[in-house]
Amino acid sequence: MLPPAPMSATTAGGFLLVLSIVLPVAGVLLAFALGDRYVRLVAFTIMPLGLAIAAALVLALPRGGGHLVYLLGAWPPPLGVALHADGLSAVMIAATAVVIPAVAVYAAPEFRPAAAARAPAAFWMLLLAIWGALNAIFVGGDLFTLYVALELLTFATVPLVSLDGRAETLQAALRYLLFALLGSVLYLAGTALLYGLYGALDIVLLSRRADAQLGTLIAAALMTTGLLAKTALFPLHLWLPPAHAGAPAAASAILSGLVVKGSLFIVIRLWFDVMRGLPGFAAAHVLGALGATAIIFGSVVALRQERLKLLIAYSTLAQIGYLFLMFPLAFDVSGDLKRGGALAGGVLQAISHATAKAAMFMAAGSIYAGLGHDRITGLNGVARAQPLSVLTFALGGVALMGVPPSGASLAKDLLLQAAAETEQWWWTILLQAGGVLTAAYVVLVLAHALAPPDKPIALRGAVPRICDLAALVLALCSLLLGLMPWASYLPIPQGGMSNPLGIDALSKLLLPVLGGTVLAILLSPWPHPLALNAVERMIAPLRRACLGFGRLVEAVDDVLRQWPAASMSLLLVALLLGTLMFAGA
Amino acid sequence: MSAVTVFGLTAAAAVGLGLYGLITNPQPLRKLLAFNLLGSGVFLLFGIIGRRGAAAGFGNDPVPQALVITGIVVAFAATALAIALLLRLFRTAGSTTLRSDAPRMGRGADAPGG
Repeated sequence: MLPPAPMSATTAGGFLLVLSIVLPVAGVLLAFALGDRYVRLVAFTIMPLGLAIAAALVLALPRGGGHLVYLLGAWPPPLGVALHADGLSAVMIAATAVVIPAVAVYAAPEFRPAAAARAPAAFWMLLLAIWGALNAIFVGGDLFTLYVALELLTFATVPLVSLDGRAETLQAALRYLLFALLGSVLYLAGTALLYGLYGALDIVLLSRRADAQLGTLIAAALMTTGLLAKTALFPLHLWLPPAHAGAPAAASAILSGLVVKGSLFIVIRLWFDVMRGLPGFAAAHVLGALGATAIIFGSVVALRQERLKLLIAYSTLAQIGYLFLMFPLAFDVSGDLKRGGALAGGVLQAISHATAKAAMFMAAGSIYAGLGHDRITGLNGVARAQPLSVLTFALGGVALMGVPPSGASLAKDLLLQAAAETEQWWWTILLQAGGVLTAAYVVLVLAHALAPPDKPIALRGAVPRICDLAALVLALCSLLLGLMPWASYLPIPQGGMSNPLGIDALSKLLLPVLGGTVLAILLSPWPHPLALNAVERMIAPLRRACLGFGRLVEAVDDVLRQWPAASMSLLLVALLLGTLMFAGA
Repeated sequence: MSAVTVFGLTAAAAVGLGLYGLITNPQPLRKLLAFNLLGSGVFLLFGIIGRRGAAAGFGNDPVPQALVITGIVVAFAATALAIALLLRLFRTAGSTTLRSDAPRMGRGADAPGG
């Protein structure tokens, strides 16, 4: 939501916006100055302060009428640069301030300062840098500030991918960096066009001036496409699986939970604030269709993975697709973009995913540390050896499926309501399918983890209890998000909340789990210790067909993840978006 | 043909060449050079916009120049980071190809991680 009048003065509490960026950056500099031995100490000093600032910001926002503004040097835009926070910024900042300290607690034993290794020191600095960059994205009031913040985010993320210095992770980091640079150049080109047309880059000013002319629409198409590449929306996801699966567990949690949300947030700013729906219904349908394909592709390929971390990485791909369903649903029957339930649902889903997926990656990391591998077929009996990790994984999965009172459940209700109100029934199928497919891979992993072991499991290393607890707290956060008072921050329509403890809550748990079990049996190629021979013989032809479909999807995915294919898809997506925007204008 | 048009066409050519190189060239170093060319094209676009004077009443708008300087710094940092990764990759793996991880990334059963 934008302020009704142009921002001409710093509001009370505006300094919190500056602090939210300056504090993590100061932490990085301080850690750099003090040297490797004190890095972790500095990080853990900054974390509570950052959490306090986020809390103060969330509390100050309703008192400021839903807006906090800070004008740098007291120069009003277009000459100066403004920082601006609304409800969306506040909830994203709060989510970041919860996830990052939880991940830090989880990572504390693994990344303890050591004289010989550089990786621990780098990890803590990069973690703080990511925090600062994300906060800058959430409060940036100017498209160019957002560009710089986005680049800072990428530069802090890339080394995190290759923290262990193996050749595969270095390659993954390089692919990520190069593809992200391609995306950011497109974004920058769009910024140049917008400045050329309107002489301003401030979001509030642009939202007043922007009109549907050729240059604006080209800029919108370029910027959206560039951001999609950074968000790894299908088919621009070539960098995501190797990067997310190769990084250390704590880093994967940040990458998957928070980093992709940064660029998504700018897409939301662009469509809902700067352009106010100018890109049009048809282009929004392209985003929705890509999201829908991502849900199917990501989930099917996830079910075929042999390694737990890759499974979670591909499920991230599917969840990112889910987030993009909000764009078509935000257009009402007359074709106008509304800041209503669809936007609230999308942002809520992003936050639920941030917390739940981070918890799942952390649980997978604990399992890996305990077993020394993370092959799904070798997980038998791990539920007995590492009950807390498996519980965290299960709770995170249940939260993502959309079982009340989780945030994802509230988000799904809001999106379903938006689909009914805007008469777009076809998205309803995908919203439901998303939950079932999520259930499928959670069921798959749990079925293996709960199966009795062939031989007693010898744990390689004991995982400190505090690590598992940090992950568990995060999973519980996600599971209870639906109970938070969102109405003062997100545009939640009346009647958007269903009773979280009613009888339909049970059906919301059982239906996805049942559907997910069927899908897991049909689509996963791995033999299961509990498989019933009679049932298996009965469904054998169907299963063969499904496995064939899965193989086909995986082969297509392999092709799409090649560099030339991915960058050609990037250009095609830009072209398609541009054409449809122009046709719709 | 005015100077603005000439510069505009040059920017478009640089962007096109950069995109072509970035997409078709398999070597990371060449991709990086192509990215720099592409970036230069976009920076030139900013220059043209400054020359045309987008903001009301300015003959020669200084804001795009400030943006370009920031953009160049960002592109320089990106290039430095990529080169550092590339050198490290060369020292670790003995080659700098990005291809090896593309096919069947998920099949290495004991590929470490976590």
